[in-house]
Amino acid sequence: MTASIDTKPRAASGQLATFRLDGDLYGIEVEHVQEVLRSQQLTRVPLAPSAVAGLINLRGQVVTAIELRERLGRPARPEGTDAVVIVVRLDGEAVSLLVDSIADVVDVDASDFEAPPDTLEGQARDLIRGAYKLDGQLLLALDVEKAVSA
Amino acid sequence: MDGLDDIVEEFLVESHENLDQLDSDLVALEQDPNSRERLSSIFRTIHTIKGTSGFLAFNRLEEVTHVGENMLSRLRDGELALTPARTSVLLQMVDTVRSLLTSIEASGGEGPVDVSAVVAAITAAMEDAPAAAPAAVPTPRTEAAPAKAPAKAPAKVAAKVPAKVAAKAPAKVAAKKAPAKKAAAATTRRAAAPAPVAEHAPVPEGQPEDTSAVLEETSREPALDHPEGESATADGAGGHARRAVADSTIRVDVDLLDELMLLVGELVLTRNQIVQNVARSTDTDLIRASQRLNLIASELQEGVMKTRMQPIDHIWSKLPRVVRDLGLQCGKSVRLEMEGRETELDKTLLEAVKDPLTHLVRNSVDHGIEAPEVRTAAGKLAEGVLTLRAKHESGQVVVEVADDGAGIDPARVGAKAVERGLITAAQLERMGPQDILQMIFLPGFSTAAAVTNVSGRGVGMDVVKTNIEAIGGTIEVESDAGLGTVCRLRIPLTLAIVPALTVECAGDRYAIPQISLQELVSLDAEKAANAVEEVGGAPVYRLRGELLPLVRLTDVLGLTSERHDGHVVIAVLRSEGRRFGLVVDRVINTEEIVVKAVGGQLKAIGLYSGATVLGDGTVALILDVQALARRALRTETTDRQEAREAAAHHAAAEADRQRMLLAAIGGGRRVAIPLDTVTRLEQVRTEAVERVGNREVVQYRGAILPIVRLDRHLGAYGETDREVLEVIVYADHGRSVAIVVEEILDIVDGEAAVRSDIDDLGLLGSAVLGDKVTELLDVRAAILAADPAFYNAPPAPAAGVAPLTSDGVATSLLEV
Repeated sequence: MTASIDTKPRAASGQLATFRLDGDLYGIEVEHVQEVLRSQQLTRVPLAPSAVAGLINLRGQVVTAIELRERLGRPARPEGTDAVVIVVRLDGEAVSLLVDSIADVVDVDASDFEAPPDTLEGQARDLIRGAYKLDGQLLLALDVEKAVSA
Repeated sequence: MDGLDDIVEEFLVESHENLDQLDSDLVALEQDPNSRERLSSIFRTIHTIKGTSGFLAFNRLEEVTHVGENMLSRLRDGELALTPARTSVLLQMVDTVRSLLTSIEASGGEGPVDVSAVVAAITAAMEDAPAAAPAAVPTPRTEAAPAKAPAKAPAKVAAKVPAKVAAKAPAKVAAKKAPAKKAAAATTRRAAAPAPVAEHAPVPEGQPEDTSAVLEETSREPALDHPEGESATADGAGGHARRAVADSTIRVDVDLLDELMLLVGELVLTRNQIVQNVARSTDTDLIRASQRLNLIASELQEGVMKTRMQPIDHIWSKLPRVVRDLGLQCGKSVRLEMEGRETELDKTLLEAVKDPLTHLVRNSVDHGIEAPEVRTAAGKLAEGVLTLRAKHESGQVVVEVADDGAGIDPARVGAKAVERGLITAAQLERMGPQDILQMIFLPGFSTAAAVTNVSGRGVGMDVVKTNIEAIGGTIEVESDAGLGTVCRLRIPLTLAIVPALTVECAGDRYAIPQISLQELVSLDAEKAANAVEEVGGAPVYRLRGELLPLVRLTDVLGLTSERHDGHVVIAVLRSEGRRFGLVVDRVINTEEIVVKAVGGQLKAIGLYSGATVLGDGTVALILDVQALARRALRTETTDRQEAREAAAHHAAAEADRQRMLLAAIGGGRRVAIPLDTVTRLEQVRTEAVERVGNREVVQYRGAILPIVRLDRHLGAYGETDREVLEVIVYADHGRSVAIVVEEILDIVDGEAAVRSDIDDLGLLGSAVLGDKVTELLDVRAAILAADPAFYNAPPAPAAGVAPLTSDGVATSLLEV
């Protein structure tokens, strides 16, 4: 741990729940994840920010769904492919993220962590805390709290 | 020692209630110092706390209440007169008791609260009283009651002793009450008192340790028995009422209640789902069962809702103290009156309105009600009156905070708003007093301390408004300068489950709370084509002769309607006193919905008050009718809105007694112009129009008249290549302008017109004149467009233009 930790993005060892989005592998802290659901019926919300995909009925609870592709400035999900819903719980409130597919839970080590490259631009820069260098692949650590504050 | 913890908890809950009672009793007592009933009630309350705190070994609490009790007993016996100073120390005592209780609640002990100052203050307040001060004796239990009888102590002891006995031997209570009552009755003939006391006193006093043991056994009883025994001496009837209430109710954990409410909500949803599905079934047994489920769920829901209902007095009871303290602080004398204390509303809502209400009350005392000398000078009674009113009204609770103070001066509010840059001076000029008043709710108004100089009403009013609107309520303020101010809150009865209308729009379903729904209008294509008219581009519907502005939900939401058959379905909604028609694709159903909060991302949109899960499991957004009305009816720039509101009132009032000249301006539009401002109708050849700078003018009877072409002014499409222009000559203050229209149509009485304030730029409103929707021309604006100096330049001689009487014009002008 260095003294300059405050100015650097958080790097921590622990478990990340990973998922795929437009070919990339992302991860969020496993303790935030409440559950993962198959594609759900969405009720669209007119005039909502573009990243708000709609509302889903989670066993009687109304949960906002965020389209992560939109949030990260990626192209829309191809027609005919269903999103997977990751329900996360933040400050007691449930919010869901729409992703392409769910992957494993991965143990990560802080020593593999690196801040996002300076070339990373756009919306993604605010949302990606950095990358864990896995074997043959990068795991992008997503800042869940920022991601849902669409 | 779980048992003891329970006792402490019970004691705390009870004592907090007692303290609230005490606050209002003390303030009431100050108004009516001779009320023995009040004094007894106060004495009883303090005594109860003192008694239990003794048992529970909260020594400092006992010490404070003991001294307070001494003072009260002397007040009750008429040995001391109640002065403001004494009331103050008593209130101080209540505060100390409260902080001790808070400390006990937090830490289980009395903590660092210091009581000596209060004890000294109370003792000092009693000093000037005659004779022996029982306050000096720290523990009354060791005092042999009958021994020295300085005439007043026995009354107190007599009261207390039977109470203790009652705790020990409830069976004997009846027997012992009688002498006690006699003792109290005999306070005037004091000599009689010691006798019965002497009889029973030794029993409890011989075995002080036992009392705590007894307490363990009858743990729920002592707190009740004390007032019982006590009230027997003071007023038996009151005591019995308390007992009865205590026995017939239980305390329920609020969390548990909330959970129940949530479950009932889910049950209602499931019920909706089942009832909907069963409706398609042919199984009679199933149908019957579902009907029964329907019924039971409704009753259960109603029952659970009722348990959450509480009289508004729960929050009001704290206000007399607030008013009193603040009044003293500000050097004002204020009487608080309350009407409708028993009005009930949901507990959550009650909590939500508590702070806003307190804020409004504080505002009224602090800024609304004037100082006594100011009031007297203004010919009012020196004592101000603050009135709280609560009542149920069409499914809502209306709470008013009214004072008879100085009122709010719109001019000063307006000036402040301009100064703070919230509006421009020009905007202010066009605003009505009512609109100006509403500006105190603007956020910018609350930040500066300087606003207090205006009236101070603005401080934090935006927060009040936000809080009230957060629970689906509204707030409005009315004020008459010099006479007072009324703040009116409208609050829904309950939040969680509301009857709603579900509608479809662009393929999605939305819920509209029924509280704002007035009626539904469905028009088939043919009818819709005729009945939906346009005023300056805004659609209106003539609902039983009244013009109803229409708002298309698709437009508001930025969607495209899926209905193309020309049908129009209108939900007539009312919000903040304004009525409008919301055009939806179709109406689905009315059902009870459970309101669910939406995430922060959606709250910011401001059009949805929440979401709900419908019978088939889909999520539907609940439309916030207030926000919808605000957004839809004021999409036009605010200053236009404000301007026309002010002007429309004026015009409407004027038009009612005016004859109107109807003129076509092209594009099928008609305008009405008040006839009394028209001096002459003329025809002018187009080639006679000359230009001065970029303005068109025409020479007319030796003067130069500026021309205003109404079609261009109002954005209509008139014929451009005409040889002869129809001109209305308008004169005022010796100046004239020529208003060019397409065709003069008719002269009608404005009186019969049905009016609305939907309009467009340059108009004051619209009305049904001669069976057609006609726009009322804003003559002033039209003239200013032609001659900006018309109203403020010195009168120029307008040769030959002699104003005619309207009667004269009516006959002559059509011959022109």
